[in-house]
This record gives sequence, C-alpha cells and structure tokens, in this order.
Amino acid sequence: MEIAGELRTAREMGLVGCTQCMRAVAGDATRCPRCGARVQSRDPVSLQKVWAWWLMGLGFYIPANIYPMLETRTLVHTQSNTIVGGAVELAQHGNWGVAIIILIASVLIPVAKFVLLAGLAIGVRFGPAAPERQRYVVYEIVEYIGRWSMIDVFVVAILSSLVQLQALASITPGRASLFFALSVIFTMLSAQGFDSRLLWDARSPRRGAGPAPASERNLLRGE
Amino acid sequence: MTETGASTTPTREQDALGDLIVCPSCDLVYTVPDVGPRERAVCLRCRRVLIAPRRKAGKQLIALALTVLILIVAASIFPFLAIDAGGLHHKASILDTALAFHGMLSVLSVAVLFFIVVIPMLRLCLLIYVLVPLIRDRPPAPLSREAFALSEALVPWSMAEIFAIGCAVALVKLSDLADVVYGPAAWMFAVLVVLVVATDRLMCRYSIWKSLES
Repeated sequence: MEIAGELRTAREMGLVGCTQCMRAVAGDATRCPRCGARVQSRDPVSLQKVWAWWLMGLGFYIPANIYPMLETRTLVHTQSNTIVGGAVELAQHGNWGVAIIILIASVLIPVAKFVLLAGLAIGVRFGPAAPERQRYVVYEIVEYIGRWSMIDVFVVAILSSLVQLQALASITPGRASLFFALSVIFTMLSAQGFDSRLLWDARSPRRGAGPAPASERNLLRGE
Repeated sequence: MTETGASTTPTREQDALGDLIVCPSCDLVYTVPDVGPRERAVCLRCRRVLIAPRRKAGKQLIALALTVLILIVAASIFPFLAIDAGGLHHKASILDTALAFHGMLSVLSVAVLFFIVVIPMLRLCLLIYVLVPLIRDRPPAPLSREAFALSEALVPWSMAEIFAIGCAVALVKLSDLADVVYGPAAWMFAVLVVLVVATDRLMCRYSIWKSLES
C-alpha cells in the first residue's frame, strides 16, 4: 500500500480520521464532509462508555446464572435448570461433548469477554501489558464474538416453542433468558464504545520516537 | 489580506485531504492507493482491510440482498421445525419461536423478533435503496448517506445467521429426546448463513462511500 511519507497517525499530522468512511478531515472539523458522520480524533469518553456498559453487562450476567434458563416439565417431574446446572446434568448423563460445548459457549466465552474488555480498558488507562498488535487482535475477537452469545437466547426460544407436547413434555423459558440477553446487549455496547485507536496511542509517547505532534503539524504545512 | 489567504488554504487542504485515507482502527494515514478488482488494501499496522473493490460488486450485492430478503420472508411463513415424540406432534414457525417468551419475558419476544426478522430486513432494504441508483449510474437517492450509515450501524444487531446456528444447537440438544423434522424454513435459514457471510465479504464500504460522495 502506498504510504503518505512516513507512517504517521492522523493525530500526529493534526488531522482527524472519519471512522465511518475513512476520510481524512481537518483537525478542527466536527463532521465528515463525505459521509456526514461526527468526527473525533479520539472518543474522549470512550473508557467511560466501556466501563458503564461493562458494569451493566456484568450486573445482568450474575442473575443470568442464578435464575433458571429453562423449565422442563415432563410426565414424571418438573425441573428448572440454570446454565451451569444444565451442563452439569448433561455431563452426569454421560453427554460430555454437549456439556463442554455449552460450558464454553455460555460460561467461558462471556466471562472471557468481561475479563478481556476490562483488560483492554485498564491497559489504555494505566499502560499496556502486551504489544499493541496483540491487544488489537484481542479487541477484534471480543467485538466479533460478542453478538454470537445471543445464540443461547435463540436456543431457549427454539426449544420452548418446539417442545410443547402437552402433558408429555414441555419447555418454558426461565427468567435468566432475559437477564442473559440484556447482558449480551450491554457487553456488545461496551465493546462498541471502545475506541480502538486508543490502543495504538499508549505506547508512542513512551517510545519517544518522532517529533512531538505540534512540530509535525508544522512539517505538514511546510510540505 | 491575511484573512483571505487563511481562508483559501483550508479549502485547498480540504481537497488534498480527500485523497488521504485514515485507518479507522489504528489512525494511520495513507494516500488512497489504486486498488484493482480482487486486490485489497490492508493497513500495515493493524491488518484491517481498508479497500477491497470487486467488479460488479453492486449488482451482486443487490442480488444477494434481495435473495436474503425473500428467504427471511419465506422462512417466516413456512413451517420451520417440527418434532415427533410419543405419538405427539408439534410444529413451530419462526414467529412462534420469537413469541415463545410470555409474561414478564415478553419484552424478549419483541427483541428476538427484531434481531432475527425486523432488523435484518430493514438493513437489507436500506442497502438496496442505496445501491440501486449507484449501479444504474444515477445520482444517489435522497438521504442515501443517512440510509447507508443506518444500515452499517444495524450490522451487529442483525442476527439472522446467529439464529440459524442456534437452530443447529437446539436440534443437537433435542436429538435424543425426540425426532426433529426440518421444515422448508429451516433449510432457508441454512442458506441464509452462507449468503450473509458472502454479502459481508463482497461489500467494500470505502467504495460505497466514495460513490455516494460524487
């Protein structure tokens, strides 16, 4: 790819990049002339957004694990299962494969999302613990995987609409499904609130390479 | 006067800025390269794909979007899944599935309906609305920029393909409890997963914004 001189960030050049259409905009502009989106060099409240949605997401994730996700009624008994409870029961029946998949999809991935998002936000605030490319890959994974957690809610919907066999067996959704859906939505918003450009900023001043932003701006004007 | 001098500089700068591209993920600046069809411009630092034009991508995107729209409408009408167990039979449509949550949970029914039917359809309609004038070499339709921006904002919330995978998971869970019969709608959703992924791979956001500008 052709490079404008040396590799420099828009901020170092006194410009702002539009995150929607990628146009470069003068540093004092507030809207992108190409796509009309609001432009900001960095989202100044990015971390506040991340933490606010993150807390909401975590807050709903806890009841999502306490309350039952599914209530199964059969001829012989009625039973409520939490997410973990359902997996444990499957394992007890020897269904290890499915149990492990459920544990990974509904427990490991959501928990990992919370931990990784918090790690990214802490890294931006207090200095990173890993190279920026690794952290960016983590961010991409968290952002990509977030919406797929909604699969649990859809499975509950499918099971409870399908398994309606009068007295023989019926499945109804439990309260946890609502909490789980809210938790997924808030975690998605938390990841969307993260301005990934912050990841690459953290190291550059420490490395001390290149002149300060102000003098670079002069260089650009001089060209 | 200095004032007029100052006011001409930004305009010239503004024009020159149109030839620059800024990586939205890591803020690096590049001059817009010539990217041929089937080539991709990738950010050197974060590896994000910046420009990936395809020949006739517009037409193909419209075709894909129309197909997915028809599939979603058809999948909502046709029977979806049915189970047989102990001589009892029950079938469910997509609508039944979305409306499975009652009472306190009914707000979730609305959300599910939006995620798997309303938002995907709205997004595709917006995309078609934006792209049709472009491929016919007409000026963009009114409010095209807003429509495309909304369509992009809806992408993460359009979950038809996640629902399709959810069906597969539900079937695995049920397989030893009952016989599950796939209705036509289930197959439609399976095709839909592939088409949604294809749509995403085909779409070059930069090219679309660029054509909306002129």
